[in-house]
Amino acid sequence: MTVADSRPAPPPAPYRRPRFARWMERHGKWLIIGPPLAYLLVFFLIPFLFALKISFADLALRVPPFSDILTVGANEHIRVALNFANYRYLFTDDIYVLSYLYSLRTAFFSTLICLLVGYPMAYAIARASKSAQNILLMVIIVPFWTSFLLRVYALEGIIQEHGMLNWVLLHLGLIHRPLMLMQTTPAVYLGIVYSYLPYMVLPLFATLEKLDASLLEAAADLGSPPWRAFLDVTLPLSMPGVIAGSMLVFIPAIGEFVIPSILGGPNNLMIGRVLWDEFFSNRDWPVAAAVSIVFLVFLAGPIAIYQHYNVKQLES
Amino acid sequence: MDQRASPLLMTILLVGVAFLYLPMLVLIGYSFNQSALVSVWGGFSTVWYARLLHSPEILDAAWLSLRIAVTASTGAVILGTLAAVALVRFRRFRGRFLLTGMVNAPLVMPEIITGITQLLLFISMLNTIGWPHRGALTIVIAHVAFCTSYVTITVQSRLQSADRALEEAAMDLGAGPVGAFLDTTLPIIAPALVSSWLLCLTLSLDDLVISSLVSGPGASTLPMVIYSKVKLGVTPDINALASLIIGVVGACVLVAGATLRRAERLRLREQQCAERGEAAS
Repeated sequence: MTVADSRPAPPPAPYRRPRFARWMERHGKWLIIGPPLAYLLVFFLIPFLFALKISFADLALRVPPFSDILTVGANEHIRVALNFANYRYLFTDDIYVLSYLYSLRTAFFSTLICLLVGYPMAYAIARASKSAQNILLMVIIVPFWTSFLLRVYALEGIIQEHGMLNWVLLHLGLIHRPLMLMQTTPAVYLGIVYSYLPYMVLPLFATLEKLDASLLEAAADLGSPPWRAFLDVTLPLSMPGVIAGSMLVFIPAIGEFVIPSILGGPNNLMIGRVLWDEFFSNRDWPVAAAVSIVFLVFLAGPIAIYQHYNVKQLES
Repeated sequence: MDQRASPLLMTILLVGVAFLYLPMLVLIGYSFNQSALVSVWGGFSTVWYARLLHSPEILDAAWLSLRIAVTASTGAVILGTLAAVALVRFRRFRGRFLLTGMVNAPLVMPEIITGITQLLLFISMLNTIGWPHRGALTIVIAHVAFCTSYVTITVQSRLQSADRALEEAAMDLGAGPVGAFLDTTLPIIAPALVSSWLLCLTLSLDDLVISSLVSGPGASTLPMVIYSKVKLGVTPDINALASLIIGVVGACVLVAGATLRRAERLRLREQQCAERGEAAS
């Protein structure tokens, strides 16, 4: 700009930011959104599409042991060979239907026990004083951080034939022969309850803590006995926690592999084990992929329920 | 709620806590048992701990697991924080629904399904583009995928509570958006980053199912070695190893918890002082 300039200054030209800055303004957020979106897409979502594809393939004697669905024929036509046999096979061989039902039953009863044990625990923590609450929560969370596998192994040490449980019960005279808990279904229930209890207690605590005590007082003032107040006030208000906790136990419990494999007997047919064997022993990958896909379809229901309540809870 | 808990409730709580801890305590006790048999107490001894030091199989596996866990948690914290920032700060973008779904799904997805599908992907990739070879690398990739979810969930709730005004103030004072974020919001979410990094570390160190599925020959992580030993039967050296791990993890969690809580209290106090217009002492 010249110094001696009497005319009014022309309106400044609209400031044009450098091209890079403009690009950043419009698309910069994709530098943040892009990497996690791309990563999860490639390594979490797309694998399911691959499983879907392979579930329609034939078992083949090669590495990897399945045929191609898309092949380019001699006349340059793309040939699509969809093979539904793997899915038909799932419903003709009893083992898959049975193991799925068996997993559902195991997960259902373990979740129920977890709820019955976890609810009073969460309730007691919610009613403790603030300082006790912090310590109790810590106590519940620490096992969640320690190794899952090692905790299942530790449980085995307690319930096996010469373990601590039998020793105590024998010496108390409650039993006369050691309980053969290992390799039974109750051992699997016990293992799931033991491993997943914190997952049940924490969401329950989160809803019970928020519960307004004056509601209970109001119920008592209106002549409600405590059990009635619990059923009419506490339980309905803690339903989001009950459902979140139950789903957090139920869903992974259906697919559990480590617990039935260590604590359950050789005949324990939870779907996780069947899948494992299909993969490692039989090496029938197309069938394993088909089992995974069907399993996933069945899981969609509980996962949707969980998400629904989860979102609701986050919004409130 | 601050009504007194009834004695019955307290009893159930104590029994429940005992149920959670007793097996681990008994395990630690037996790790000092001289006898290799669980049923016999052969006197106090640290022989199984000494044997651990001379077991290259276990030491190699532990070292491999540790390297995998550190790499995977670091990767997951970076990706997970980006995802959390995206979900909290950008209300609408294409793929938001997809990202939310992919962040939440791994939390409830049975590991065996995640593992099998990822293995199928790795095999197909190896056949078409010749990468990645199954082993430590594929384990890291798979671990980053499921750990990212935990990071995003943790950081997300923290970011939601962070005051956006601080960042805007920094930008009014001339900081660029990235600088403003780094100077104001990052310190607020730092505890969430640290705790989610630690969580990823334990999740990765502990993972058996996904690692076994996506690993290749030669890459055996610690849980894989422990699992095969446990399946074989009598394992007094695993008692010692398990006690070590439980002890170290327990101590770390307690120390980390206490440190984070103290840092948090300090930050809150400073914030209150700042709001009152005083200098933080």
